[in-house]
Amino acid sequence: MTDTRSRYRAVTGHQLFWPVAVLVVMLAANTIYRPGFLSVEVNNGHLYGTPIDILRLSAPLILVALGMTVVISTGGIDLSVGSMVAISGATACLYISEQPDQNSLPAVLTGLAMGLGIALVLGAWNGVLVAVIGIQPIIATLILMVAGRGLAQLITEGQIITINSGPYRAIGLGHVLTLPLAILIALAAALLVAAFTRWTALGMIIESVGGNAEASRLAGIRSGRVVFLAYVLSAVCAAVAGFMITANVSSADGNAAGLWVELDAILAVVIGGTALAGGRFHLSGTILGALIIQTLTTSVYAMNISPQTALLFKAVVVIAVCLIQAPAFRARITRQRRAAPTSPPTPAREKEEVPA
Amino acid sequence: MTDSRPVLTMTGISKSFPGVRALHDVHFRLFPGEVHALMGENGAGKSTLIKVLTGVYDTDGGTVTLGGTEVSFAGPMQATGAGVSTVYQEVNLCTNLSVAENIFIGREPRRLGAVRWGEMRRRARALLSRLDLDLDVSAPLGSYSLAIQQMVAIARAIDVQARVLILDEPTSSLDADEVAQLFRIMRQLRDEGIAILFVTHFLDQVYAIADRITVLRNGQLVGEYPTAELPQLTLVEKMIGKELDILEGIDEQPKRDVAALEKGTPLVAVSDLGRSGAVEPFSLAIHAGEVVGLAGLLGSGRTEVARLLFGADRADRGEIAMDGQPTGLSTPARAIERGIGFCSENRRAEGIVAELSVRENMLLAMQAARGWLRPIPRRRQDELVEKYITALQIRPADPEAPVRNLSGGNQQKVLLARWLITEPRLLILDEPTRGIDIGAKTELQKLVAQLSDGGMAVLFISAELEEVLRLSHKVVVMRDRRMVAHLANDDSLDADRVMQTIASGSHREEVNR
Repeated sequence: MTDTRSRYRAVTGHQLFWPVAVLVVMLAANTIYRPGFLSVEVNNGHLYGTPIDILRLSAPLILVALGMTVVISTGGIDLSVGSMVAISGATACLYISEQPDQNSLPAVLTGLAMGLGIALVLGAWNGVLVAVIGIQPIIATLILMVAGRGLAQLITEGQIITINSGPYRAIGLGHVLTLPLAILIALAAALLVAAFTRWTALGMIIESVGGNAEASRLAGIRSGRVVFLAYVLSAVCAAVAGFMITANVSSADGNAAGLWVELDAILAVVIGGTALAGGRFHLSGTILGALIIQTLTTSVYAMNISPQTALLFKAVVVIAVCLIQAPAFRARITRQRRAAPTSPPTPAREKEEVPA
Repeated sequence: MTDSRPVLTMTGISKSFPGVRALHDVHFRLFPGEVHALMGENGAGKSTLIKVLTGVYDTDGGTVTLGGTEVSFAGPMQATGAGVSTVYQEVNLCTNLSVAENIFIGREPRRLGAVRWGEMRRRARALLSRLDLDLDVSAPLGSYSLAIQQMVAIARAIDVQARVLILDEPTSSLDADEVAQLFRIMRQLRDEGIAILFVTHFLDQVYAIADRITVLRNGQLVGEYPTAELPQLTLVEKMIGKELDILEGIDEQPKRDVAALEKGTPLVAVSDLGRSGAVEPFSLAIHAGEVVGLAGLLGSGRTEVARLLFGADRADRGEIAMDGQPTGLSTPARAIERGIGFCSENRRAEGIVAELSVRENMLLAMQAARGWLRPIPRRRQDELVEKYITALQIRPADPEAPVRNLSGGNQQKVLLARWLITEPRLLILDEPTRGIDIGAKTELQKLVAQLSDGGMAVLFISAELEEVLRLSHKVVVMRDRRMVAHLANDDSLDADRVMQTIASGSHREEVNR
């Protein structure tokens, strides 16, 4: 009996158990509501269907959340990723829109390089503010969150830049090997970040700095460099997400692109099991978190919930997810359940009050 | 006393953590008006038992009865409400809040929802005067020493009409006078009928104050004894569960061939190093293979000296030379590059990274020195970690256990391993034996002697004079943030003389450098 119990605990205690469970429940609920929800069909050699849409649409969020995971793990936060999405998207689109042949691959690649370049600079700016000057991360990145929107507006001159570029559109809508290119890019980015942090000692050092900054300093870790790198990484991830988001609509809107994505990204990180206080990070958890959020968004549309109540509905689900994941909350529920049958004569609550 | 009924009974308590069986079928009882010492080695389960009692942890089995009623606290607040107050091993207060706020946090005197600040300060002062403490209750707690902070924690605990007061190693950071003061309070509270559960590693203190002793070993109950019927030697045997042969090594004196050691260029030579507000300028030479003991009272500047040598704080004057070459030790990273290691006395805040594993904690300093681009190969990691888990007898012997699941003493060993792995030339140990049990303490002392025989220089900081005298070739005495004496540890030096130097700060002692 204890064996099955310990096995049960090993499963439910795993970092990814609750995110996976929530995702499965959501998909199941959708399927009950609309039986065709999970069906996927092949059309023109591409896979189509709601699950594929969820994967494709969640790709930008996965990217942003990956960078956010690393930043949060250092004990920081990056509020500027939404602006970063807009700036990099606008930069790339502006360059491409000015080219005589928007479909030329070199032109698109140059545009992407420029978008990435400006993201590197802005990520370094965040990194310097936090790691060198020592401004609190939430304030330091708030600067760029606000100013960055202005910067994006400057780049687009307040207009919505529309482009007509096949290669660029493919970043958001293309298919490779029957799968959406976007999700493959996100997956590749996840593998890269994982390799970058886990094959080197960067991950452990980041977790150490986030877990106990002073102890890490006294162990000889030069935390400045590591923290700096985290913000640069976050900016680069956001830039790629920016390309995807603008490619989806073939236009760059300095105001709307990536609006509030930082909040969804933070949420994805938290759902994935990385503590906001820093320390251990879980990239796979973050990816699940992003999928959960996108599934939720898709479900809201699929269930025909009116836009007015959609946000409220989303909020309720998010609160529920966070509660289910909190060990303290689960302990309270199970304790009440356990206390009730063991003491039939007196309710558990009264018993606890006696000693006072 | 035997005629009264126990105020607290714990029966058949069991508790496991992932990979660790912390408690197994432990029984414990506590009578009103007694001081009951809970004894055991590191990892014996003392802290776990207390956390189970106060509701920090759920039990896996067993019952707790308080005043004849079965209880199960959901947390320390509920336990406190029921009259079970705890002062933990390491002070759990908010140093940025005022003394008065710390005492009344969570139960501030209120009127119509507003905190009555005047009333709060008045009551705080009254409470502290009961402990013979005269503090500015509006000052931030952080402006007082660790010892005073500990007393404030006790004041907080006894103010809540406690029936049971748990003191989990309250004396580990107190000096002799403060311990005496604490004991006076404890006796006073005992005579008022409060049951006191006292955890400590200091045997003398147990015999000075405890009426009864319960011994735990490896998470199991060894027995409960009246203090008078348990000789000190028997107690130690019961705690470590084997014959005392390992303790024999304690009296082996290390070779004290100071003259030979001090020939040649010192490994580290410090001249006029100081930092205003922390420690007056001092000079010090440490040779390879030499153990330098740093003695002095709490707050005398011992830790500050260590931090300057390690670059943890920046010196604002003076110079450090290593092997005769002037060198800047401006950051810990630089100091580590030059072969210095520093085991901080403040294990939780400056030592372990709680959520990382034993393996990661051990390898942190080495990895930091290599830089993140050059990870230590996994096989090498496993070798190193395995070696030190065995050598230092770290329990549980699981490299992947989160270090926060280990007992304090085992965490200390992990930190020691972190530095030994870097193979330092100078190892600074700040209170390495505080809060660890006799067995581990002896092992650690032996290890220090071995390391110095192998050519490592050690700066050994400890409040326990005998320990300093036993290990050191040279004793440096601190007093009021000033280095007042360098004493060669020859036959003429004993604890009394060091104590006198600490007390008088006499400059008549040979100040040989």
